[in-house]
Amino acid sequence: MSGTKGASQSRFLRGVHRTLTGLHPALESLLAGVVGLLIGAILMYIWGFDPWKAYLALFKGAYGGSYEFSSSLARGTPLILTALTFSICLRAGMFNIGAEGQMYMGGIASVCVALFVLPPGLHQIVGLIFAAFAGAVWSLVPAFLKLTRGVHEVISTIMFNWIARWLALYIAIFLLVDPRRAEKTLSIPVSARFPVLVRGTDLSYTIFLSIAFALVIYFILWHTTVGYEVRAAGLNPTAARYGGIKNKRTMFLSFVLGGVAAGLAGATIVMGLPPTYAIYGGGALPQLTNLGFDGMAVAMVGRNHPIGIIVAALFFGGLNAGGRVMQFYGSNPVPLEMVRVVMGAIVLAMSIPELIRLFPMLKKQGTEFIELLRRIGRRKDRRQSA
Amino acid sequence: MSLNDILSLLRISLHAMVPITLTAIGEVVGETAGLFNIGLEGILLISAFVGALGAEMGGPAVGLLMGIGTGAAVGFLFSVISTYWKGTQMVTGIGINLFALGFVAFGLIQLGAPGFHDVPTAVSVAKWRTPMGAMSPLILAALVMPFLVYWFLKRTRAGLMLKAAGEAPEAADVAGINVNRIRVLATTFGGALAGLGGAYMSVAWMGLITKEFSAGRGFISLACVVFSGLNPLLALLGGFIFGFFQGLAEWVKTLPAKPIPSQFVSMLPYIVTLLVVSGAIGRVRFPKAIGVPYKRE
Repeated sequence: MSGTKGASQSRFLRGVHRTLTGLHPALESLLAGVVGLLIGAILMYIWGFDPWKAYLALFKGAYGGSYEFSSSLARGTPLILTALTFSICLRAGMFNIGAEGQMYMGGIASVCVALFVLPPGLHQIVGLIFAAFAGAVWSLVPAFLKLTRGVHEVISTIMFNWIARWLALYIAIFLLVDPRRAEKTLSIPVSARFPVLVRGTDLSYTIFLSIAFALVIYFILWHTTVGYEVRAAGLNPTAARYGGIKNKRTMFLSFVLGGVAAGLAGATIVMGLPPTYAIYGGGALPQLTNLGFDGMAVAMVGRNHPIGIIVAALFFGGLNAGGRVMQFYGSNPVPLEMVRVVMGAIVLAMSIPELIRLFPMLKKQGTEFIELLRRIGRRKDRRQSA
Repeated sequence: MSLNDILSLLRISLHAMVPITLTAIGEVVGETAGLFNIGLEGILLISAFVGALGAEMGGPAVGLLMGIGTGAAVGFLFSVISTYWKGTQMVTGIGINLFALGFVAFGLIQLGAPGFHDVPTAVSVAKWRTPMGAMSPLILAALVMPFLVYWFLKRTRAGLMLKAAGEAPEAADVAGINVNRIRVLATTFGGALAGLGGAYMSVAWMGLITKEFSAGRGFISLACVVFSGLNPLLALLGGFIFGFFQGLAEWVKTLPAKPIPSQFVSMLPYIVTLLVVSGAIGRVRFPKAIGVPYKRE
């Protein structure tokens, strides 16, 4: 009698242990987030700000109410997509850091729907197709260069980012310019806009587009043969080739999917972000700049898993939304750029595997705790068998 | 096109060559030892900023030294993460780039004007008056450094140890070479050179700093390293090619007549980089252990 009870208890403890080890990646992300925020706090302190007040303002501004929460979700919407760009290619074993440029092209392509009239519904779909196509084309060229000429994708995608930036600026200033307001492109008509989801905020239905795309990617990567091939090629290209997987095909596929995601990210800004529904040209494409790079941070913290990315995007969207509040916060206005400093520090922390080992104390206690759980489980097992 | 035009084009190109060549030479050393540092872009940006601050505090020499120090520090951080702490080099590099973007933009706001900051001419490195016009003395450094590094890599024992750490870390380890320490030293040196390049841009060349100041030069330097196949002398040639097209883009923008929109001129250096790199691949061989953290079995 006591044997069965012991068995169920040990199963429970083993379950706890397994959950803890399963949560390990999430805990690592959390730890990296804390380290990043700490480094940000130290820098703020050095520059003479009060980090405590600043973070209080930031997190209130990010998650303090339904308006703030919607705003964070809206900032996270494009980040989910650009993070997917990075993650899909990383799963296939490549570093595609071209989300930035692919997103510019997607954004510009979706502005083109302002040029013709279509019924609502169809108009949005056409815009999304334009954006996806532009993003895919922009990422296919680096993939092609890698395949035929062996050009490393890090170099080619960065060069394409800069080319895209200047091309997008040219198109925004000369081809799609609003004749009444030269600083921005044409605004897309109401029939092509995604409606606002929460009244009074800038959160629109594009959030569902992002989440749905993430789920589709999850399905493709983990529940289809093609996805299996992509992941296998990423884990060990040689073994995958021996297993009959065509690495070239998986490479092209991951780049195309990544490009589509980044293109859609540009479209979510143009078609789903009130109030302008257009791209500001000027010198620097302010609404789009850095969304692609921030996406890489999101991907890393989300452990390159679509579900993790959705959670991480909420966090980084919150940083961006809260940062906007923080920079106007009374006596302690910390510039929004601090948010990117924190992001960089988080990515640096994420790049260290087993970050926790750098904290010997934490590590000692952690391993002791796990060892304790294990010992209890083993003792119960012994008692059960005896 | 008069002689004067050609001279000014050459002058701009030589100035544009310096940061790319210095960064590429540093990266040649780092990659020979087996680390692939894509954080160079961030190093250029941060050290340009810190160099400008240093110059305003203590004059041009202090500015350059602080740039070198900052570059070395970031290079050291990168190499420690990717050797002793077994980090993923690509991710570390991306982290450095993101951090630099935020840090410099943040710092510029703290200095007053968001987005850019002027470095007064009084604290800039004085230019030499030559028959070709005013030239920065650091051009000389960029021309000499490749030969020094070439001699170091090909002719010294330490250079051979560096190569061993990149080609066959196990063998080097067995031979009593501390692989991780060599990699840290090499990448710190590479970071220092990139730091000099960054400080040169703000303190000795353009006399200002903006929040996207490095403008892809770190990655162009990586392309230059690929082009060179880890030969410092070819890296100098590559640096001159890339510098020339950057100079050409700047020079075309100064022309009174505008034959093509400036946006397309700005694309030129990046397109040329892609073309050169895709032409250079195939004959290039990189160290076997590049990009892989060394772990003792």
